[in-house]
Amino acid sequence: MPDSAFLEAFELIATANADLYEILWLSVQVSITALLVSVVLGFPLGTTLAISDFRGKYLCTTVLNALMGLPPVVVGLLVYLALSRSGPFGVLGLLYTPTAMVIAQVILITPIIAALTYQVMDDLHHEYRELFLSLNIHLAKAISAYLWDARYSLITAVLAGFGRAISEVGAVMIVGGNIDHLTRVMTTAIALETSKGELAIALALGVVLLTLALLVNGLVTAVQTRARKYGYN
Amino acid sequence: METLRIETMGLGLAIRGSTLLNDISIQVATPGVTMILGPNGAGKSLLIKCLHGLIAPTRGRCEIGLHQDGDPIRQAMVFQKPVLLRRSVLDNLQFADRHSHQKEALQQALEAVRLLEKKDQPATQLSGGEQQRLSLARALITKPKLLFLDEPTASLDPASVLIIEQLIKQASQQGVKSVFISHDIGQAKRLASDVIFLNRGQVIEHTDAATFFTNPHSREAKAYLNGEIVL
Repeated sequence: MPDSAFLEAFELIATANADLYEILWLSVQVSITALLVSVVLGFPLGTTLAISDFRGKYLCTTVLNALMGLPPVVVGLLVYLALSRSGPFGVLGLLYTPTAMVIAQVILITPIIAALTYQVMDDLHHEYRELFLSLNIHLAKAISAYLWDARYSLITAVLAGFGRAISEVGAVMIVGGNIDHLTRVMTTAIALETSKGELAIALALGVVLLTLALLVNGLVTAVQTRARKYGYN
Repeated sequence: METLRIETMGLGLAIRGSTLLNDISIQVATPGVTMILGPNGAGKSLLIKCLHGLIAPTRGRCEIGLHQDGDPIRQAMVFQKPVLLRRSVLDNLQFADRHSHQKEALQQALEAVRLLEKKDQPATQLSGGEQQRLSLARALITKPKLLFLDEPTASLDPASVLIIEQLIKQASQQGVKSVFISHDIGQAKRLASDVIFLNRGQVIEHTDAATFFTNPHSREAKAYLNGEIVL
């Protein structure tokens, strides 16, 4: 019954059910790791694209923007093929491990972070370019100034990436396999428990996921409000 | 005091087939403020961007140097629309400070533009006049020998105009050469030591300020000074 399922769900959360928190902890670990890797890749990629001028730049930005909409199941399938025993990286034995899930999420969220970074940096570069030339600011100092002055927008980009990672299901299901106590994360567990009719655990995970999504969105709004308040947006 | 020399020879700029600056040959060796006047679209901003090295001319060349050989000339520019970093007033000044001034020196620079009490405020939240004063302070903190100013007082309140003009005069007395664009003839009379009059990307007239304002040679300059529309 849905009513009793809700009550049971809140009981699972309130009593700190071990299975539930194991799944939550793995989800956060996988998403945060993927996010960190994506930031390390996405910030330099977006910044380099914004401040450099070369033939094919328009094509690169178009491809990058298009990659923001990568279908997760297609990414999952490609990572699966690459990591499967007969694939080019099969020897590493990464399929059905959290590392495989991280790889899939990195492929999904790096374009988001890079494209958002590009947009922010491109605007700043157009605004600051002549000033930096005039002040004879060297490249390293200019890049650090871009990163610092774009900090609020970049935090928003990172949070958007985290939101995408934590709520992703298709790719991590394919490459992780949804194995209990090993690769089961919130989204894949919700899908499985719902299909089994175990609504209480699915609802409990849904509530936690929703709370996380609300927290992230709340943080985005707070960051944007602070940036507007200080005229830094 | 050493006199800074600015010389262009046949300087030209064409963008996408359109000639924006044409065969500009000028020699400036006077101290003080060289005022560039001319109607909108005459090429004034493009000329000082070429002189400052922000735009590469497509023809001719430009030389800036002291009469006596010395170090490369330190230059700075104040843009028509203030470009300020998204950080505090003091941090904006510190960013440009190549000479690692002590905090007191930075505070003195802010005091000179009447912004000391706002040093911790976000620079982008200052009024237009305050932003431009900060831009000037930031340019001056780099200790330039040559200062380019692209309509720094356009649309500013009289108090800000006065502060900026006083600082330019003070800098001139300390040996800083300024190249200043303005549409304000009164301001040009107050500041200029010589005037370059541009129209349609060409130098129409380059004379000392007294001659330009009392006895301009060209029909265009006369019309401009009479407040007529120069096309």
